[in-house]
Amino acid sequence: MSTLVLDHVSRWYGNVVAANDVTMTIGPGVTGLLGPNGAGKSTLIAMMGGFLAPSAGTVTLDGTPVWRHPGIYRTIGLVPETEAMYDMVTGWQFVVANARLQHLPDAEGAALAALETVEMVDAKDRDISTYSKGMKQRVKMAIALVHDPMVLLLDEPFNGMDPRQRLHLMDLLRRLGEQGRTVLFSSHILEEVEEIAGTIEVLVAGRHAASGDFRRIRRLMTERPHKYTISSSDDRRLAAAIIADGSADTVDLTSGNLAVQAPDLGVFVHALPRLARDSGIRLLDVSPADESLESVFAYLVAR
Amino acid sequence: MNPVVMRLTMSGLLGRRRAILFVLLPLLLLLLAGLVRWASGGEPQSTVDLTSHFALGTLLPLMCLLIGTGVIGTEIDDGSIVHLLAKPVPRRTILWSKLIVAWGASLVFAVLPIIAAVEIAGDEGTRLGWAYGVTAALAALAYTAVFVALSVVTRNVVIIGLLYALLWETVLGGYVPGVRNVSIRQWALAAAENMLGDRAPVWGVTSDVSLSAALVLLAATTIGAIVLAVRRLQTLPLTTRD
Repeated sequence: MSTLVLDHVSRWYGNVVAANDVTMTIGPGVTGLLGPNGAGKSTLIAMMGGFLAPSAGTVTLDGTPVWRHPGIYRTIGLVPETEAMYDMVTGWQFVVANARLQHLPDAEGAALAALETVEMVDAKDRDISTYSKGMKQRVKMAIALVHDPMVLLLDEPFNGMDPRQRLHLMDLLRRLGEQGRTVLFSSHILEEVEEIAGTIEVLVAGRHAASGDFRRIRRLMTERPHKYTISSSDDRRLAAAIIADGSADTVDLTSGNLAVQAPDLGVFVHALPRLARDSGIRLLDVSPADESLESVFAYLVAR
Repeated sequence: MNPVVMRLTMSGLLGRRRAILFVLLPLLLLLLAGLVRWASGGEPQSTVDLTSHFALGTLLPLMCLLIGTGVIGTEIDDGSIVHLLAKPVPRRTILWSKLIVAWGASLVFAVLPIIAAVEIAGDEGTRLGWAYGVTAALAALAYTAVFVALSVVTRNVVIIGLLYALLWETVLGGYVPGVRNVSIRQWALAAAENMLGDRAPVWGVTSDVSLSAALVLLAATTIGAIVLAVRRLQTLPLTTRD
């Protein structure tokens, strides 16, 4: 079990702040680092992987600072975003070379196992220059896994993958997390994170905007307005009742259904059944319109 | 030294398309040497002119620049060096491994062709061959180390390298005598001057620097470049700004 700790980490380039006073602990299991492009995800991962010095603060792996300690790479496996590899060698040669650089006693055995894990055994003897983007991604994954690391850092690992490869990688990351490894991946695509990450760290404009599981992040933001889409036996009368009651600020009938925006979740969900019953209206469907991570995210970006 | 890093470096150096220059440029030199022989009938003075100007002044720094950037600069540029750096291998070892490959390559693709060109163009026994061989080897050690270091320090290594080798050493060195005191080529030429003895002034093989000073300066430059390169590689930031 390994834990990465970021303690008040900042990084600036000249007067551009890429990471701003970020404190987080990344433990065993799958953690998703979520944020829009330009949020500082790559900067943060570079600092976690010892490839960039924090301008302030410290990044430690089980108590050891990662900056200028190449020894940490025995514990860390890294899947960089950059696609470039050694084009003129075969996938097999490159993974074996990486296994040797990890000083593994059975480099070829480890390389074969890693290539099997990412399903690249069939194409292993082709030059890397002939690989597709997804195949390169899988070879990078094999390189990161070849020494069986306890910590895995992946920068935008799903980029360029087709849906089948994506599912396969999601499955693999989930399995690695279940084995007690510390897996952190970055993404700007919400579904990916929601799908497999037990913990989500949200990064917006270099700031650590939220942390926890999806629902907890959602609950952290109770102050934000909640939107519901309602269909009932008489939307128009229900809208009038809701407005009269005062439990919602906005009702909107233009989209065909009744859309409601309520400032307080608790008050509204208790008021709605009562209002419907009192007016003799049947509620057919009440669904939160914004429970997806996307809207959480949009809210955080706008804040 | 790490054999895995050396093997990967070698395949990176020789596997890219630019590797064809490692053959073409020396061939060009050998061709010129043949022409010089045909025109002068093996007169050592013509050999000296060809070697001092084209071989040592242009070909050698150019080859060392291509090789020095080829062993590490391209990997830093495209980011693939991350795979080497994310290993429990000291950065010092990685740099030395790459430097040794670069030195070997500059010996094979630059120094040996220069010796061969001298012999083809015309020599007095093997006197010029030895003198220019030692000079080229000394210059290659320093040039390669400097260009490897520059590759780690800056992404504009090719421009800076060309400016240094062609503008500083060749053009400015031709007009401003003081510049010749700060020139790898001049330092290395001190060896040739010394080895040629009484023939040196006759053929015009002269250096502005004494041999002992030249050797110290060459060693200091080479070692300084290596120290700088190791330091920078230890703290090489590897990230896009998102």
